[in-house]
Amino acid sequence: MSGQAEGTTLANRQAPARSGTPKIAIRGLSKAFGPKVVLDGVDLDIAPGESVLVIGGSGSGKSVLLKCILGLLHPDAGSIKVDGEEVVGLYGTELDRVRRKFGMLFQNAALFDSLTVWENVAFGLIQGQRMERRKAREIALEKLAAVGLGEEVGNLLPAELSGGMRKRVGLARAIATEPEIIFFDEPTTGLDPIMGDVIDRLIVQCVKGLGATALSITHDMASARRISDRIAMLYKGKIIWTGATSDVDHSDNPYVDQFIHGRAEGPIQMQVRDL
Amino acid sequence: MPILQPIGRTFLVFLEATGRLTLFTVSSLSHCLRPPFYPRLVLRQMIEIGYYSLPVVGLTAIFTGMVLALQSYTGFARFSAESAIPNVVVVSITRELGPVLAGLMVAGRVGASMAAEIGTMRVTEQIDALDTLATNPFKYLIAPRLIAGLTMLPILVLIADIIGVFGGYLVSTQKLGFNPATYLKNTWDFIEVQDVVSGLVKAAVFGFLVTLMGCYHGYNSRGGAQGVGTATTNAVVSASILILSFNYFITELFFAR
Repeated sequence: MSGQAEGTTLANRQAPARSGTPKIAIRGLSKAFGPKVVLDGVDLDIAPGESVLVIGGSGSGKSVLLKCILGLLHPDAGSIKVDGEEVVGLYGTELDRVRRKFGMLFQNAALFDSLTVWENVAFGLIQGQRMERRKAREIALEKLAAVGLGEEVGNLLPAELSGGMRKRVGLARAIATEPEIIFFDEPTTGLDPIMGDVIDRLIVQCVKGLGATALSITHDMASARRISDRIAMLYKGKIIWTGATSDVDHSDNPYVDQFIHGRAEGPIQMQVRDL
Repeated sequence: MPILQPIGRTFLVFLEATGRLTLFTVSSLSHCLRPPFYPRLVLRQMIEIGYYSLPVVGLTAIFTGMVLALQSYTGFARFSAESAIPNVVVVSITRELGPVLAGLMVAGRVGASMAAEIGTMRVTEQIDALDTLATNPFKYLIAPRLIAGLTMLPILVLIADIIGVFGGYLVSTQKLGFNPATYLKNTWDFIEVQDVVSGLVKAAVFGFLVTLMGCYHGYNSRGGAQGVGTATTNAVVSASILILSFNYFITELFFAR
């Protein structure tokens, strides 16, 4: 690892003190799919209330990292601790108990298309927490209002929504159960720059409002600068750089420089054959 | 020996698939029996599988009963054994054709749609979303479908039996000149409880197989639209083959002396 810069802040966010038990502690995480090694000994600590963002090229294993933490994929080796509790190897109700700490905004929102918008937002409350439907609906409408969507949207089906609205509903669903940790999987991909900014502001607002810990993955650098306190770069299955978001422009790391400036030339080589 | 390699590889792939399916089945069954239960979803699936399959199963049954009477007549007339037609129709329909044809029709209608729906949920990360919302997809998606398949297919087959026998009755009385009362009396006298029961047992097994295949292939689908298409095809093909092979074994269990 190079350039281990620590903890300065975004202008409008107070970075937490990085002491005590990390909210999420990842050690030596490895995952391969057949011969393809995707994660190769990832180490990453995320402090409570911190917003960490993982950058990396397509196929660098960012989504796999999130899915391993959520227990959707089983890592081949390594340890993931949430609040000091080992989550690798948990299953059934134990895993569900840990998952209740999490909320996640999926890349394409992953809304349930057989349910209305408000039922989507209230899903974690009704199914996960067994809340009464009427009460869950009220909370769902509150959360929809928090992301700037009116009550009339609540009765629509996801297929009737635009891309930006779907992302907002996904965000409302992620925060509906007021989770301690929220994951954002490429929150602005596929959105126009203005809607991207709107979503980023909502993310910062919601995460701050809940006092939640956030872990995001993206390759949109404008979004990265807006939503994170700290950035980690994943390359060839390893975290090759971490540092404060404000330090990303002078990281002295050629991989990070190449990535944030979006240059084809540099140490990261794409396999492209001549026509 | 290079010739042994593909054989070994195919065998290993087969064992792996069998193991995966067995684990999936055991897990699905255990989730059917353990709470939380989702009665609303079970009811919705029952309506989807039972009620909406009625027209297609009913039409299949009536034409099968009709053609059975007609074909039996052309065959039996050579031996002056026309009076056996009510017996042939009722036994064929209740024991074999009712459950098998209803099973195949439901495999085409319901198994395919389940594989497509669950497969689309898989490739659009909706199943991952269920997991992250602390809701087990086996309980929420698969158990309601299996329970509905297991319970609704016997009801569908019972209705198909009645419609199929009615089809035979229609052709026999309207076209072949049978006496309606005699036809019904022959049917009623010849039918045995075991004929109907074996058909309903088959139906329950087929209902389970169709929904299991739909869920299994959908749940394990990969790779976007093409993956969902493959899952749908595999669900229908595997369910159809399983129906035909299990039909033989259940028949042997009930009727082999």
